[in-house]
Amino acid sequence: MTEEVLVADHTIEYTYTRSTGPMIGAFLTGLRDGKIVGCRGADGRVIVPAVDYDPVTSEDLSETVEVADEGVVTTWSWNDRPLLGQPLDHPFAWALVKLDGADTSLLAAVDVDDPSKISTGSRVKARWAEERVGSITDIAAFEVV
Amino acid sequence: MKSFLRDVAIVASATFETPSEPSRNEVEMLLPVIHDALGQVGLSQGEIGFTVSGSSDYLQGYTFAFVGALDAVGAWPPIRESHLEMDGAFALAEAVAYLQEGHVDTALVYAFARPSRGDLDRTLSVQLDPYTVAPLWPDARGLAGLQAQAMRDSGRYGDVPDVTPTYVGDGVTAVILATGDRARELTKTPVWIRGIDHRIEAQMLGLRDLGSSASTKLAGEGAGATNIDEAYLHVLYPHQELLVKDALGLDRQPVNTAAGPMMVGGLERLATAAKSIAGTGKRAVATATSGACMQQNLVAVLEGAAA
Amino acid sequence: MSETAEAPGPVTIVETPIHLDYKFTPGVAQSRFLRALERGEITGQRCPKCQKVYVPPRGACSMCGVATDEEVKLSGKGTITTFCVTQIPSPGLVPPYVTAWIRLDGSDITSMFLIQECDPAEVRLGMRVEAVWVEESELVPDLGNIKYFRPIDEPDAEYETYKDYV
Ligand SMILES: [Zn+2]
Repeated sequence: MTEEVLVADHTIEYTYTRSTGPMIGAFLTGLRDGKIVGCRGADGRVIVPAVDYDPVTSEDLSETVEVADEGVVTTWSWNDRPLLGQPLDHPFAWALVKLDGADTSLLAAVDVDDPSKISTGSRVKARWAEERVGSITDIAAFEVV
Repeated sequence: MKSFLRDVAIVASATFETPSEPSRNEVEMLLPVIHDALGQVGLSQGEIGFTVSGSSDYLQGYTFAFVGALDAVGAWPPIRESHLEMDGAFALAEAVAYLQEGHVDTALVYAFARPSRGDLDRTLSVQLDPYTVAPLWPDARGLAGLQAQAMRDSGRYGDVPDVTPTYVGDGVTAVILATGDRARELTKTPVWIRGIDHRIEAQMLGLRDLGSSASTKLAGEGAGATNIDEAYLHVLYPHQELLVKDALGLDRQPVNTAAGPMMVGGLERLATAAKSIAGTGKRAVATATSGACMQQNLVAVLEGAAA
Repeated sequence: MSETAEAPGPVTIVETPIHLDYKFTPGVAQSRFLRALERGEITGQRCPKCQKVYVPPRGACSMCGVATDEEVKLSGKGTITTFCVTQIPSPGLVPPYVTAWIRLDGSDITSMFLIQECDPAEVRLGMRVEAVWVEESELVPDLGNIKYFRPIDEPDAEYETYKDYV
């Protein structure tokens, strides 16, 4: 017996409310105030975004370090099909950006209209959102300098 | 590499895969495949000592789908069971560990997924850091592209292929494990698991060296992946084959790669490797990967006892 | 302290919404069940091994781990095996209201439904009830077709007949 199997639109939607912890809190507070805040790791490196525990030794980290809102692309990819929720609604590049003063890279969208306009080593600068609320989306995107 | 307290073999397996399963739910997909695997060695579910599965509820959009899937094994009288929100290959590693305790001699490992019902590139972003990454909804393909570019920039891999669209497939795989004499009793051609190890890297992509796979390398060492005749690699995008071969030092061996359904593909690699070398006396390596840009990697070394 | 605006404090909480869209399919067995509801019928499936009848059918016997495909049409009458009276308001429900586990005649599993057209004080284990459906023109492939169950004029079921389901 074959019968048409039912299909229904189904949306899973939930807003999680999360405690940030002190260091991610400092990073998000920084974004709200228009600054990018990292922290000093156990080996002296500056990690951005700030993290609560050292990624190698798991020690508690507490020293915040402000870094520039400008830096260098360490790797990138082209996104020709932006999806719901992504930072930009037109094609853009994803990139890991090592901000000046940081030793690690941050994932971000780079607003370029063509993949020929970005490469590893490109200098990029944050474009801040008009309204900042303490979220990673306070950085609207990066732009090639 | 540490030796096992008890030898464990893959004695049977079955798999089903399709780009998009139009009608059956997870249980309806699992039933024939589990029964096929059990039937190959004449076992009934009641004779299975430990049952463990790998899947992700987000892929089917059905909360606690892994509990619903238990309908396919008949959890009565109550069974010893466990579940991982990971590829079924990692569930197999748990089964191997469980069998070391010596309470039971057989295990059923299965994995299932039906990601065709949603948008896999978006769904996978919920496994990312919820504070500073997931709110950007990075697509899995875009993140894999960062990895491919980092490989190009490293200059170590020659031509690095472009990232393909994220493979979407539905399917299930079931594997039966047995220890020592029980394995020899169940089949003339047990495939012994000589080593298995898995490692995970940091979640922050910016902390990782995306131009190599440190976790695959360590897992390979842990599993004793040397003197390999054939390789069965779980790679989600073409460039990842180069990373895994580099990490495991594979150069001359025949390499067979597949992506497979998310959460199923790794277990399928182990099952396929076992089927291919059963009875041949050959030694194969099989891998499984999970997470953004291969965050977690498993390496298993299999030996097909000569018939 | 005056109510003047102060500099905002540090961020300690963040909201992270998740929104995922699916084309959900319930599978072969449950699609059949929902199609039957659309016709105003309740169907189950019988396990070929233990003979238990499941409603809703899920395509498998969860006790035996085998596929089920024999369809069984049920009458829509059943027996209350346990119940609770809720005194707290809930959307669309005026307290006190009664929720009961009902073993449908011919099935081997209980399902939860509302009990109405009855004083909550009179609801009891063993009480015989029947399904009350929406108008025929309103039938859709949804369990919501059954608005609630109501008592029927039959003697209570003997405890022995439903003791395994309490
Ligand atoms: Zn049964």
